[in-house]
Amino acid sequence: MNPVAGRATPLVDGLEKVTGRARYTADLGAGSLCGEILRSPHAHAEIVRIDTSRARALAGVRAVLTGADCSIAYGILPIAHNEYPLARERVRYWGEPVAAVAAEDEATARAALAAIDVEYRPLPAYFEPKDALEAKALLHADKPRNVEREVEQSFGDLEAGFAAADLVREASFHYAEVTHAQMEPDAALAEYDAERGQLTLQSVTQVPYYVHLTLAQCLGMSPSAIRVIKPFVGGGFGHRTECLNFEIIAALLARAARGAVRIELSREQTFVMHHGRPQTDIRLRLGLKKSGEITAVDAECVQRGGAYAGYGIVTILYAGALLHALYRLPAAKYRGMRVYTNTPPCGPMRGHGSVDMRHAFESLLDAMAHELKLDPFALRRANLIAAPYRAANDLQVNSCGLAECLDRVEEASQWKKRKGLLGPGRGLGMACSHYVSGAAKPVHWTGEPHATVNLRLDFDGSITLLTGAADIGQGSSTLLAMVAAEVLGIGLERIRVIAADSALTPKDNGSYSSRVSYMGGNAALAAAQELKKLLDPKLSFDEAVRAALRNTGPITVRGTYTVPPELQGGKFRGAGVGPSPAFSYAAQVVEVAVDEETGEIRVEKVWVAQDCGFAINPLAVEGQIQGAVWMGMGQALGEATRYEAPHGLPTRANFLDYRFPTIADSPPIETCIVEARDPNGPFGAKEASEGALAGFLPALTNAVADAVGIRPHELPVTPEALFEALRKRRRAERLKAA
Amino acid sequence: MARHVSLAVNGRACEEAVEDNLLLLDYLRERRGLTGTKRGCDGGECGACTVLIDGEPRLSCLTLAASCEGRAVETIESQNSRGTLSVLQRAFHEKLGTQCGFCTPGMIMAAEALLRRSAQPTLAEIREALGGNLCRCTGYVKIIEAVKEAAR
Repeated sequence: MNPVAGRATPLVDGLEKVTGRARYTADLGAGSLCGEILRSPHAHAEIVRIDTSRARALAGVRAVLTGADCSIAYGILPIAHNEYPLARERVRYWGEPVAAVAAEDEATARAALAAIDVEYRPLPAYFEPKDALEAKALLHADKPRNVEREVEQSFGDLEAGFAAADLVREASFHYAEVTHAQMEPDAALAEYDAERGQLTLQSVTQVPYYVHLTLAQCLGMSPSAIRVIKPFVGGGFGHRTECLNFEIIAALLARAARGAVRIELSREQTFVMHHGRPQTDIRLRLGLKKSGEITAVDAECVQRGGAYAGYGIVTILYAGALLHALYRLPAAKYRGMRVYTNTPPCGPMRGHGSVDMRHAFESLLDAMAHELKLDPFALRRANLIAAPYRAANDLQVNSCGLAECLDRVEEASQWKKRKGLLGPGRGLGMACSHYVSGAAKPVHWTGEPHATVNLRLDFDGSITLLTGAADIGQGSSTLLAMVAAEVLGIGLERIRVIAADSALTPKDNGSYSSRVSYMGGNAALAAAQELKKLLDPKLSFDEAVRAALRNTGPITVRGTYTVPPELQGGKFRGAGVGPSPAFSYAAQVVEVAVDEETGEIRVEKVWVAQDCGFAINPLAVEGQIQGAVWMGMGQALGEATRYEAPHGLPTRANFLDYRFPTIADSPPIETCIVEARDPNGPFGAKEASEGALAGFLPALTNAVADAVGIRPHELPVTPEALFEALRKRRRAERLKAA
Repeated sequence: MARHVSLAVNGRACEEAVEDNLLLLDYLRERRGLTGTKRGCDGGECGACTVLIDGEPRLSCLTLAASCEGRAVETIESQNSRGTLSVLQRAFHEKLGTQCGFCTPGMIMAAEALLRRSAQPTLAEIREALGGNLCRCTGYVKIIEAVKEAAR
């Protein structure tokens, strides 16, 4: 049998995707009622009165709900439940759901929305952290100054670190809010069986388990009366990690209407759903020795969190935690503040928490390398960690291929031959980044294993792999099948994957924090080893199946994975965020051409190397690395949301104004897979989907600095922004000459 | 107002009464059950709903069904009508030109139109032909590889 693991393999559900047979949520539920949501026209207001009587009286209207019908708050973190599916008493951002209807068709549903009378009393609205901090009106009564959370962490002797430095520099950075903009708009289909009192929800979720828990909580139902199914999902990138308001609203409407209700959000509404990367301000101070060795780091970070808690506390902690474990940091201090504002809530987005801080860090490092006349590669090499390594904040690194990543991109880009020699307006920049392979501490601590996979064997000799992990396009179902096939020594075609249906598949903590390859992969590995024990290797496969089933009947085995305690991090406050059983590493080089007349930056080429431990499916790993780098490019060059005062109207909630690169703007991305096998990963594998994103941003701005001598400290660096910086510099030069 | 329209969808002639304001996208998805064609935006932003009308790539979210009188409409479902993948479908599958798959039907139809007019397209032609089709997963690298592979 040829090995399966390590071979470039098309997706097991790829045929459905290329034929159009793949059914996404909006393709399901023909004939169901149409659900529509009435949304707030204010950024901040008290709801004085809602009158739904005219809407209820319309023919064809089957249910009308307001905040009065849902009194249970929810939120992803058990300590921060402060959001309601439909606003109660107060709205806190433009577009927040206020009422919802289910009707026999879309036109009737829209007419019903128009017939709902809401009286608001507007309150002062705050769109920037500095205003919210000084605000008279609090978004949440229990949060003075509108501060959601302040964190402070200090490791090592900071003063001694800066005293030992030969060069200390400080810089400030600003990052616009960006969002996932996955291609599939949000949608949910809820079916309520009134006779049985049972609910089935199909939705675009990355984590069916969180949706399941939240529905049970908000609807006051037993989880056993709920079934959650994830159909094909058109991308996530973090947008769909938390249970989202429309999922709960669809369920509430279905129960009220005693039937099936489908909600499809428009693209604008999907933008307003947000839960993406917050607007961020960073102040960073670094100390370096002449050799390039980092002696101390002092970082401050303020995030504009939006109107509700969501994952906010985790995001602000990640920004500090992942300062560590990329390089040796003897001393580091971090202060973070997450502020409530009257904008859509932020949440996790690919590279959760680490991306903006990594840009600041790698950008300042590059500037200081320049000052110390050190090659940027040499500076990184002066700070490499050697696994096993325990970072100052107790992140445990058991494998690190960053040194090889550096070698590979340095060589592939011909850095030594070309750096500084590309001519006017052209430049090369490099940077490194890393990411977790799953959070070592799950959000909901139940004492259960982190991941469970079942394998079922029956008389027909086919094997069914059952997993709760949500394939959202990243290829998790393919990977899990490959792991099982490899262990069992059978072809992939013999394995069928059934994923993410709570009636059939074991609970999984979901597709977030790049956890599935490592944790799900380990569970699949364990399950396959269990099954293998039952199959007599001396027999042919079909004979072995018959022998195994004799006396026992059809077999289901279970494999689990639990993160060992020593990889679960330290004991200090906030130590739960950051630890992971393994970290991926990436280095990249970006080549740019800058048009000094227009400020336009063209990315000519990217060379990226990522250490993913072992590429179980190299085809998917390449695709993930390319997608991550490219998503970093979008954030660096153009993406930014925008909310206009006084009402918080989102003015870029479409693909024409929220600009991410088209195929015409997208460069070749030369991908190199580095395999520093992790001692505990499945066949040594680690994550491959997020680690390379953060490095693109600083590699790009470092390349711009190399090309034109201007180092952008605000992202995105649009042509307008760069043109303005170039113009200012020309003016200063003219004044000096005069 | 409804009007009578005769058109061919994936080679099958149909006569229909359609409302004047019915979009071709909704006609295909809701009346014909051809849900392979996707709605990704609020109108003309993303290309996910690309179909061929008389061989030309068109956005079905900006096309009225009533305007298709006498025309031939092709959707993703026409690509493997006899149970075998088209060369583009096979290339997108094998080269991983699809990840989440949501942009894929529109992307393949736009590429199909390109290959019909230029059997061996240059990189610049591929970029131009697919310039209105957004993808958020792939960075387009493997989409380009897939189209090149299909053109081999």
